[in-house]
Amino acid sequence: MRTVLFIIRKEFLQIFRHKVMLPLIFLMPVIQLVILAHAADFEVKNINLHIVDQDRSQASVQLIGKFRACRNFNLVGYSFTNQPAFDEIQSGDADLFLEIPPNFQRDLIRHNAASLQISVNAINGVQAGLANAYASAIIQDFNRQIRTEWARSPALKAPAGLSVTYSNWFNPDMNYQTFMVPGILVLLVTLIGMFLSGMNIVKEKEIGTIEQINVTPIRKYQFIIGKLLPFWIIALVELSIGLVVGWLIFDIPFVGSLWLIFGFAAIYLLVVLGLGLLVSTITETQQQAMFVSWFFLIIFILMSGLFTPIESMPAWAQAITRFNPVAYFVDVMRLVLLKGSNLMDIRLHVAVMLTAALLVNTLAVVNYRKTN
Amino acid sequence: MLPAITTDKLTKRFGDFTAVDQITFEVNKGEIFGFLGANGAGKTTAMRMLNGLSRPSGGQAAVAGFDVYRETEKIKKHIGYMSQKFSLYEDLTVRENIQFYGGIYGLPGKEIRRQVQELIGGLGMQAYANTLVKSIPLGWKQKLSFSIAIMHRPEIVFLDEPTGGVDPITRRQFWEMIYKAASEGMTVFVTTHYMDEAEYCDRVSIMVDGRIAALDRPRALKEQFGAGSMNDVFLQLTRPKP
Repeated sequence: MRTVLFIIRKEFLQIFRHKVMLPLIFLMPVIQLVILAHAADFEVKNINLHIVDQDRSQASVQLIGKFRACRNFNLVGYSFTNQPAFDEIQSGDADLFLEIPPNFQRDLIRHNAASLQISVNAINGVQAGLANAYASAIIQDFNRQIRTEWARSPALKAPAGLSVTYSNWFNPDMNYQTFMVPGILVLLVTLIGMFLSGMNIVKEKEIGTIEQINVTPIRKYQFIIGKLLPFWIIALVELSIGLVVGWLIFDIPFVGSLWLIFGFAAIYLLVVLGLGLLVSTITETQQQAMFVSWFFLIIFILMSGLFTPIESMPAWAQAITRFNPVAYFVDVMRLVLLKGSNLMDIRLHVAVMLTAALLVNTLAVVNYRKTN
Repeated sequence: MLPAITTDKLTKRFGDFTAVDQITFEVNKGEIFGFLGANGAGKTTAMRMLNGLSRPSGGQAAVAGFDVYRETEKIKKHIGYMSQKFSLYEDLTVRENIQFYGGIYGLPGKEIRRQVQELIGGLGMQAYANTLVKSIPLGWKQKLSFSIAIMHRPEIVFLDEPTGGVDPITRRQFWEMIYKAASEGMTVFVTTHYMDEAEYCDRVSIMVDGRIAALDRPRALKEQFGAGSMNDVFLQLTRPKP
């Protein structure tokens, strides 16, 4: 145990001695959290809209007014023929155009039906999908409005419409930041933890000090624990800072127990840091370690359920996410912070993490060789 | 009395290349044993097998009475090692390096404090005690490395080109340190490229292409090869045959 303390002391001395390391470890993640939480927002704003009004009727003006009133759309062009709209889509000035055909109002009154066309630049599929959805919602709304307005006219006896209201549990305002910040925080803690630990042993290999350690009677587990604990402490401090930022700036609700979050993080970090050390034992240079770490991190992050729901992944991909520690922590953060889940609710997550921590760290100890 | 090191046909192969080819020798306790050879002759590889960093491909060897295959961790308790590559932490101070290695070798806290005083005092490094190791001169770094390698009082110390690149005065001081350690009963196993240093050793072996080409007291070797200095002996053995 005493030997472990000597290693921990040495690691901390080295970390805090390097003037670039401190801001790198503690400041950068905060900046990233603040920036990413504002940027990683699935709500699509500022959709550039061009309207082609071939009808120029009371109804078309009313519809256009609705689009102008919606903050998601910017009306960038208005014309009476299609060509200018095509041009603007082509040049990228407009993302979407709405074509109101001639006789729109007449058809609406006479046949109780009229058609509109929306054309979207779908290079960015997510934006296109959402733009479509927003536009459809506005048109539906317009539809309802004119029906009620014109309902007095006997010709337009519309059938009673069915309307659905939503109630969003655990994130009533559908605030994306509430949803994203805990997840982004997981990523940042993971990145810092995995890189710090992944670079560490391999750095000693590069400068040659590992030989001097290997020629001492130190036990392998002592060395690994000594290497793991400093980063474990740093990552937990990092998590605390991130949570404070989330609470102060983003107003993240802390519905569940913080103890549970930290308890789970403590186990989770053993997995991540153990993976880093494992990478460190199988590589020879920091560059190699960097590449291997990135390979895993990219998969972990993109398949964590943070950016795309795991439920909508194909079955084989869902199977992979069961081996993704990041997915478990993102889930636990959301469950505990937003929903208030307790230990019983996340017992499966805890069990999986404990098993993984044991497995990964045993592998790291076994794989670290004092004799080649 | 058991020898400090014995080897019997100790061999290390890397693929097709045989770096160390069936070397057999003994090193007596308290002896200063010079391990000579040209670059790439296999000195470092042989040394790494003896101190438990590298697993032999064949043959037998025992260091401090322990087997190099099965008891590497026991060997490590009884040896000190100063590698060719400078291996103190450059971003730690002199004092912190001593404390760290003292701790890793499991010295008690009181002993570590004593060693810090004694070592820094003995080397005359008081002014450098709190200086980062990267900013002290090479000669001092080497002397510090040696002192740290023997601070846990090992039976045998392995020195891999300890005086490479240091000035003659420092080399002299370094050898005084080696003599002092040997006089206290420590066995010193040292590789070097300086033939004047070879003269300081009790016995020397000269490795050529992974084999031991000669092994005896410096004086005996000079007689055997009819040479005036160890330098001539070395050149006769290692110069490519016409």
